[in-house]
Amino acid sequence: MTRDLSRPILIAVSALLAAMIVLPVGWLLVVSLTNKEGGATLGNFVALFTDPTFVDPLITTLIIACSVSVICCLVAAPLGWLVARTDMPLARTVRTLVMASLVTPPFVGAIAWEMLAAPNSGLLNQLWRLMSGMPSDEALFDIYSLTGLIFVISCYTFPYVFILVANALDRMPGELEDASSMLGAKTWQTARRITVPLALPTLLAGALVAFLQALNLFGSPAILAIPAGFHTLTTRIWSLFQFPPKPELAAAASVPLLVLTILLLRAQAMALGRRGYAVLGGKYGAPRSIRLGWLRGPAVALALFVLAMPLFLPYAALFNSAFSRVASRIVTPETITLHNVRFTFLELSSTMPALKNTFLLATASATLGALLALLIAYIVARKAVRGHRVLAFLATAPLAIPGIVLGVGLFLAYTRPPLALYGTLWILLIAFVTIELPAAYQQLGSAFHAVHPELEEAGRMLGATRLRTLADITAPLLRSAVIATWCFIFVATIRELSAAVILFTSETKVLSVLIFDLKESGDVGAIAVLSLSMVAITTIVIAAANRLHARPQMRPAT
Amino acid sequence: MLSAAPPPQAITPELVEAAKKEGKVTYYTAMDLSVAEPVAKAFEAKYPGIKVAVERTGAERLFNRIGQEVGSNIKRVDVANSSDAAHFIVWKRQGWLEPFLSADMAENLPADQRDPDGAFVNQRTHLSAIAYNTSLVKPEDVPKGFNDLLDPKYVGKLVKGHPGYSGTIMTATHQLSKALGWAYFEKLSKQKVLQVQSATEPPKRIEAGERAVAVDGSDYLFWMAKERGAPIEVVHAVEGTPQISNPMAIFKAAPNPNAARLLVAWIMSAEGQQFIVNLSGQYPAHKLVKAKAGRPALASIKTLPEDPAEVEKSADEIKTRYQRLFKV
Repeated sequence: MTRDLSRPILIAVSALLAAMIVLPVGWLLVVSLTNKEGGATLGNFVALFTDPTFVDPLITTLIIACSVSVICCLVAAPLGWLVARTDMPLARTVRTLVMASLVTPPFVGAIAWEMLAAPNSGLLNQLWRLMSGMPSDEALFDIYSLTGLIFVISCYTFPYVFILVANALDRMPGELEDASSMLGAKTWQTARRITVPLALPTLLAGALVAFLQALNLFGSPAILAIPAGFHTLTTRIWSLFQFPPKPELAAAASVPLLVLTILLLRAQAMALGRRGYAVLGGKYGAPRSIRLGWLRGPAVALALFVLAMPLFLPYAALFNSAFSRVASRIVTPETITLHNVRFTFLELSSTMPALKNTFLLATASATLGALLALLIAYIVARKAVRGHRVLAFLATAPLAIPGIVLGVGLFLAYTRPPLALYGTLWILLIAFVTIELPAAYQQLGSAFHAVHPELEEAGRMLGATRLRTLADITAPLLRSAVIATWCFIFVATIRELSAAVILFTSETKVLSVLIFDLKESGDVGAIAVLSLSMVAITTIVIAAANRLHARPQMRPAT
Repeated sequence: MLSAAPPPQAITPELVEAAKKEGKVTYYTAMDLSVAEPVAKAFEAKYPGIKVAVERTGAERLFNRIGQEVGSNIKRVDVANSSDAAHFIVWKRQGWLEPFLSADMAENLPADQRDPDGAFVNQRTHLSAIAYNTSLVKPEDVPKGFNDLLDPKYVGKLVKGHPGYSGTIMTATHQLSKALGWAYFEKLSKQKVLQVQSATEPPKRIEAGERAVAVDGSDYLFWMAKERGAPIEVVHAVEGTPQISNPMAIFKAAPNPNAARLLVAWIMSAEGQQFIVNLSGQYPAHKLVKAKAGRPALASIKTLPEDPAEVEKSADEIKTRYQRLFKV
């Protein structure tokens, strides 16, 4: 008989996951409770909560997260409804473009919005002065402000809420709405009485997702808040890592972020858990599409206006400064220059190593992460081994660890023996796989539900081991889900900044960190070129994977 | 034991061969990329087969990165060059630096341009100057010095770098806090200053027209932008202009020790110094190299005294006080 390896594999995977999570979080907690001399203390927390340079950022961060959450819902809910439930023109295009805007790393978006709305040199402010004749020191927008930061974070957060809302509206049974209108309700009444209440739990979950995003974001605040003269929690944690580094305070400052995130995730699970009542069984008709009539034009105009914020305007600004000597001037055929492109690719000696590191790490993280997620999803979905629930918990646990907190934890865990990984690409690989594992696991977990266990059982009955069945039967059937997950991790790794900015060394610099370095010295031309290259690579990889995806599925052998 | 400078080393064909065998050298610097990368490329052209990896960030960041890397036993830095001379005192005391003097350096560097033990030399000198965009400041509003910048008419019009990032700004903040007192910075912090990080950014910001006046910034970049046609004028403050030396040293644990020596020897040679002067107009350390024509002579400018030993003692306090005032 062939030996079944499933038990040892479960143990090995559990141990690996436990190490990935427990090591950084454990060290974080230990260090946060340790004083400089190595004794146990609560002093770090006392120091933080009595120090205005920590309390102010905490309050600012909460204001930002609440505002972003509200704005995202206000924008995403109507837009999601327009796309999913009405006959708005270009609905598919709008949906694709909102998703595409997620490819933009938030810190690149923030830099692009600096080019657009810096009070004096911002292109939009210049345009406004040109049209209104206002003097040179009057500004319409000031991106270096709390409202500016909230706006930019919202631009790159509302797509998450949008996707949740649009998908939920897609799945919502049309019969309930039909019944409502048959009973004599008007279109708007149906929307108010049926559609909105059914969508509300999803919206609540979306609000929490947005809150979490805003809470844990590092790039945009680092770029916009510091010039404006304030810190958020993440930039404050990062600043505690600058010279003279105070890891014990950074660790202590990470704990509130960790606790808040865990609480919010519990709340989100509860909100999403209620969604079940919408789908009670039986087959439903496709959701009905509401006729907008004369509102079709204004609706699509509104959708395109919203899309201008994360997509059209920022990319126009990036292209402009990529080919301009000074980012605040509009390129004309006379002034167009390849200076920045030449500088970035021929002079800047960090470009090629950073591209190489990024590509290597993204490929490795995506491959490793997708395989690991596949394995876990299989064990959990097929209840292959007793104790599988532990795995499901461990695979989702990293969701509760913000990137910057994970960065601090990994730094503390791997700058000492036995695993002194700091300074190698391994520590970044561990960080990226840990960060992306929950989403990868959730995607593949739901994919497993679509594959009928009978196929696997047939394989098992014919004498194949679990691993063999997984490789020969299940994996080919899950191919498209695996490719989608791979792409997802690849993209997410390329845009990751918050953990990388703590963990990189000069030899292991990635593209996001290089852009951040260039930002600190104000080299916006090179940033524009690198950002556009980064987005181009990401888009090409996604397009290539989608082609692979579109090929006819392999049939099980007959 | 009496310390003394190491015996001057000749640049022999053997050294060049050994350097080529290493094939690369890692150069950590705080100099703006628009100068540092061409310097690297010129060295690569002079010694084909040796690639220079330029690692540029602010002096305070460099100090942190090098500290973390050496502390974690990561051998990466060959040559470090920054705008915070205090760091070289620390590194030398920790025994991290490898003394080196080429024959040319021993002969042509004045005594005040090098460490007596040869642990580091001053690569070049620049100033942290006030500058303004001439299309945004009326002739009658041009500031004459630092105290003028406290006038209400400059509220929301100023940009400045950060001493927690930039060695130039750290050194300048130290000199200005001595000359004008911290009360000056307290008043300045109420002027709605746009707070950027690097001393290399204010020149870019006033060229873009984002702010009218730069409180500080690397003067060579103001000049380079002006010479390129940007509407920028430099002001040498009546109170005195902070002067910043930029030491350079080889690390003991350098993975490419021969290429490191060759790089330092070349940058400090008349040829290397002339290259930096021609490109950026910073003030050279080499006796035989003349300052760039069209720039004011260093001796003609009222500068503030530099005191790296004092900066080393007060760096933490300067960062803390600055952060308290400017909130970041």
